[in-house]
Amino acid sequence: MKKEAPRYLKLSGLEPLIITPESNFINVGERTNVAGSRKFLRLVKEEKFDEALAVAREQVENGAQIIDINMDDGLIDGKEAMVRFLNLVIAEPDIARVPIMIDSSKWAIIEAGLQVVQGKCVVNSISLKEGELEFKQQAKRIKRYGAAVIVMAFDEVGQADTYERRIEIAKRSYDILVNEVHFPPEDIIFDLNIFPVATGMDEHKLNAIDFIEGTRWVRKNLPHCSVSGGVSNVSFSFRGNNTVREAMHSVFLYHAIEAGMNMGIVNPSMLEVYDDIPKDLLEHVEDVILNRRDDATERLLDFAETVGQKVVTEKETEAWREGDIQSRITRALVKGIDKYIVEDVEEARLSVSAPIQVIEGHLMTGMNVVGDLFGSGKMFLPQVVKSARVMKKAVAYLLPFIEEEKLKNGTTGESQNAGKVLMATVKGDVHDIGKNIVSVVLACNNYEIIDLGVMVPPEKIIASAIENNVDIIGLSGLITPSLDEMVYLAKELQRQDIEIPILIGGATTSKAHTAVKIDPEYKNTVVHVNDASRAVTVVGDLLQKDTKTTFKNQLKEEYTRFRESFNSRQKIKEYLTIEEARANKYTIDWKSEDIVKPKKIGVQILEDFDLQKLEDYIDWSPFFRSWDLHGRYPNILTDEIVGKQATELFADAQEMLQQIFKEKWLTAKATFGLFEANTVNDDDVEVTISKGLENSLPQGEMPERQRRIFRTLRQQSKKASGKPNIALADFIAPKESGLQDYIGAFCVTTGFGTAQKAAQFEEALDDYNAIMIKALADRLAEAFAEYLHKEVRTIHWGYATDEVLQNEELIKEKYRGIRPAPGYPACPDHLEKETIWELLQVKESIGVTLTDSLAMWPAASVSGYYFAHPEARYFGLGKIKEDQVRDYANRKEIAFAKAEKWLAPTIA
Amino acid sequence: MNTVYKALKERILVLDGAMGTMLQAYKFSEEDFRGERFKDFHIPLKGNNDLLSITQPHAIAEVHRKYFEAGADIVETNTFSGTTIAMADYELENVVYELNYASAKIAKEVAQSFTEKEPHKPRFVAGSIGPTNKTASMSPDVNDPGYRAISFDELRIAYKQQVEALIDGGVDILLVETVFDTLNAKAALFAIEEVKEERDTDIPVMISGTITDASGRTLSGQTAEAFLISIQHIPLLSVGFNCALGAKQLQPHLEAIASRTQAGISAHPNAGLPNAFGEYDETPEEMAVQIKNYVDKNLVNIVGGCCGTTPAHIKAIASIVEGVTPRSVTV
Repeated sequence: MKKEAPRYLKLSGLEPLIITPESNFINVGERTNVAGSRKFLRLVKEEKFDEALAVAREQVENGAQIIDINMDDGLIDGKEAMVRFLNLVIAEPDIARVPIMIDSSKWAIIEAGLQVVQGKCVVNSISLKEGELEFKQQAKRIKRYGAAVIVMAFDEVGQADTYERRIEIAKRSYDILVNEVHFPPEDIIFDLNIFPVATGMDEHKLNAIDFIEGTRWVRKNLPHCSVSGGVSNVSFSFRGNNTVREAMHSVFLYHAIEAGMNMGIVNPSMLEVYDDIPKDLLEHVEDVILNRRDDATERLLDFAETVGQKVVTEKETEAWREGDIQSRITRALVKGIDKYIVEDVEEARLSVSAPIQVIEGHLMTGMNVVGDLFGSGKMFLPQVVKSARVMKKAVAYLLPFIEEEKLKNGTTGESQNAGKVLMATVKGDVHDIGKNIVSVVLACNNYEIIDLGVMVPPEKIIASAIENNVDIIGLSGLITPSLDEMVYLAKELQRQDIEIPILIGGATTSKAHTAVKIDPEYKNTVVHVNDASRAVTVVGDLLQKDTKTTFKNQLKEEYTRFRESFNSRQKIKEYLTIEEARANKYTIDWKSEDIVKPKKIGVQILEDFDLQKLEDYIDWSPFFRSWDLHGRYPNILTDEIVGKQATELFADAQEMLQQIFKEKWLTAKATFGLFEANTVNDDDVEVTISKGLENSLPQGEMPERQRRIFRTLRQQSKKASGKPNIALADFIAPKESGLQDYIGAFCVTTGFGTAQKAAQFEEALDDYNAIMIKALADRLAEAFAEYLHKEVRTIHWGYATDEVLQNEELIKEKYRGIRPAPGYPACPDHLEKETIWELLQVKESIGVTLTDSLAMWPAASVSGYYFAHPEARYFGLGKIKEDQVRDYANRKEIAFAKAEKWLAPTIA
Repeated sequence: MNTVYKALKERILVLDGAMGTMLQAYKFSEEDFRGERFKDFHIPLKGNNDLLSITQPHAIAEVHRKYFEAGADIVETNTFSGTTIAMADYELENVVYELNYASAKIAKEVAQSFTEKEPHKPRFVAGSIGPTNKTASMSPDVNDPGYRAISFDELRIAYKQQVEALIDGGVDILLVETVFDTLNAKAALFAIEEVKEERDTDIPVMISGTITDASGRTLSGQTAEAFLISIQHIPLLSVGFNCALGAKQLQPHLEAIASRTQAGISAHPNAGLPNAFGEYDETPEEMAVQIKNYVDKNLVNIVGGCCGTTPAHIKAIASIVEGVTPRSVTV
């Protein structure tokens, strides 16, 4: 006889969500609920649906597996708002990938919602409140729409508030649904009502324990169904005391999950780790939740006053020191505390027969906990990097003992690792923050990392891969020429018949480039991995003995398919010839009042600039992104999922920032120049410079004049009618206009000192701070560019003397004029950096150099042009055709092959 | 009760091939499309293939006959666009019931004559229910992603009429096919459930989605597995994919669902991918080799062809699946 397939709750958005007994607790996002979020209510009322969508997106990005949407509010038309919002959500694949929970107390709103969602939703909720007839009718229709359902423990008499009533209503509802409506039992989710405890009223004492026991009964007696609930209710009477509330939530969830609650609405930032709740608080809270004493509420109330708001006493913080050696080491690794690690490791060493056992035993046990927590989304990247720091210190302490042991016994004493991974930033590229993060995270997962650093030539990568017999090669790069380096490396590996899987990562890399350009060059596996947590899974799968071949084949197939569909899509795009594109240029009605002559023509240099002035100009959002924490600053600090981590990381960043300022860890320098310029021959900007301008002699009196030409590139894809094909040259007055126009160029750096400081940290086994200093230097360089641009606008060029903008507005670029940078969308050609370098004498004046791939060194540098016309704006060049590449090569007087090589990523 | 269930457990059933490709060969003119009945109709009708069931019924019957002769167990009615929504293009909303009814009748008569000749191999008629030309969960206007050109209820009502006419005309199976927007399909399934309940009857339902490109997703963005989960709330004879891809490209998507459902698995791919001139040129032999792969991997219960396939393709497929034990199902 055929075995019946297991019945799991299966939901879908664009992608499936299957809830099995092995699934972790399913977290339902509840920020898109007008009843629960004042912000969301306001956005819906004001019809700011774009921002409302951002709320939904953020929840999904932060790991909500289902999003609850509720529009029940007296002041909005719930049905209309539900349909409108859902229609918009469905149009956003990054939100619509998760299933939707349609939440309303009004049937009409629920049904309207069900009619616009293609995936399998959850209805929240129905109940026997209005009697069996209505209950059955609604259930039947929900089934016909293909949704799962939350059933509230509520009947004609009222809401279930005891254990007996909970199971009575659940049983009755279940029987009607399964036997009469033939509702699939796996599609039933019970909400057994979570009510507050410790309210001071005797009848509330059993609220939590009755829910927990009710859950246990339901999961045992009503096959295949699920149990859900809104957790924050339970601690309602302790509003204002988050320490106690967080502990109550954890204790409640700990027991409810154990009893079978498998999904629910929980605010992750209002949750303490169960094991971290101080013993005495835990005891008081458990007394209340489990109703273990008659005076439990009074005792918790008294105790709560002593707990106070986050004033954690020294004694409590150190309480974990009383645990056994393994628990202390695990705790130190999980929490990233290195204060006691050496003494703990020493204690562990004395307890075992060989020092290697401490690594393989105590430390690996702890790191496995870290790995599990990270893998399940309970720890975030900055924490893991801190854990790695503790691990490194512990291992460093043990190494001499292991060496000694080796000499004594002649044994190898080598630790068994999971595999060897070579990591390198490719030739010509200097960016390594992402690569270092991936290295650290992989090292945490017991891989041996051979990190070759930055600007690593391909021969060295290959030689080192062979010599060390590595299992995987990881390549990183941030600038576009690095893409070609990666292709070259893949070809070389293939030529030498090497069979080592390659990981590709870094800001400009993409699945598309990997699939279309790199993968076909290499018979073995090439896989694009753009975040650290995915790197761990991919590396794990690549090295998994039994399944790696399948995994590799799947990857190959996936990339082949991706490539085919990409190529077939590409062909559809239409392009103009470069002549046609020029005929459709962006036309400006040139007027002399729109052109302002700079206050001072020529080049200026800022030496040893005071970094502290830049503090207010820092755009923090990308900083968090570089640590895999996604969200916008400052909201990210209070984000319910990553908020706590973001706040900690931000505090660490602030601390280091102040040190950078005070102890002058970094040196900031800049050079910029403002010049006479006019556009010639459509796409070229002719810049006039005079020798001796540094002496700021009046223009026109210098006999010796020289010209430099910036070559700009023009959009070539066919536009909708009325839309121009833009080149940066369009923003500078053409010679024929008879108007003298101007252009600026700049280079700023805050990178001097970074490498040394990072090396010091690395030497001290502190990858966390080594990455931190680089991330901060990058932010400061961007801030410097923003600051300098403002100075130029308001003072040196002086076309915006009355400009008053806050930092927020600066970040949003709400000012006149632009500062596009070579290598970025408006001018992807890195070669033009050489012209800037010549014009400003960048290397000679401030020491910033260009690598083979034209990356700037030090890495924390920014260079670009200044355009001042009111109509100048940022745009993306898009793809260009070969005719423009030829034309460009001719204009620039370089070989076609050279132009082709540098423009390769932009050629259609 | 229904012999389709029995047949499905005994053998791999063969579905017919393209109707449109076959009809092209007749080179019907505007007058032919109009027939006597619509000779004074105020707008051109050429290209309205579904209408031929009324104006050229012999041609439709002949195509069905050729497919049965080639070895098909199931033919699809000529009703791919038989809804008021799709027929609105020709302003023929008021003939929709008649068109479905007539199409079903034609196919059923041909099927019965074959079943009488070969009682050991009963032939079936599947009422073809197409996706319509509007989508319920996507906006046709790129500047207004929240806009929808059609609502669930409009689709449900239109599909309900089509389903009733097909059942009245005698179809054995309902085939909701070429699903590129799962929400449209859900409206069709909703309508089918309503009709089943109102008439207190049961009729087997096949559903067949379309993976539009190599990204492995439907046009409305769902993965194959998410599509499967979204349509599993009613009892299905089979679920599968058709159109858009050739047999080879369809295989991974069939694999993605075959292990996850106990219903039958159906596939009616195109004759390869269109060539540079938009023609499908995979030969019967080439296609049969691909179908052989399905069979070897025990992937399918029902196979046939979509765009570009002919009786020769179906014959080649039928010879491949002849005598093969089908994938086991619980339906």
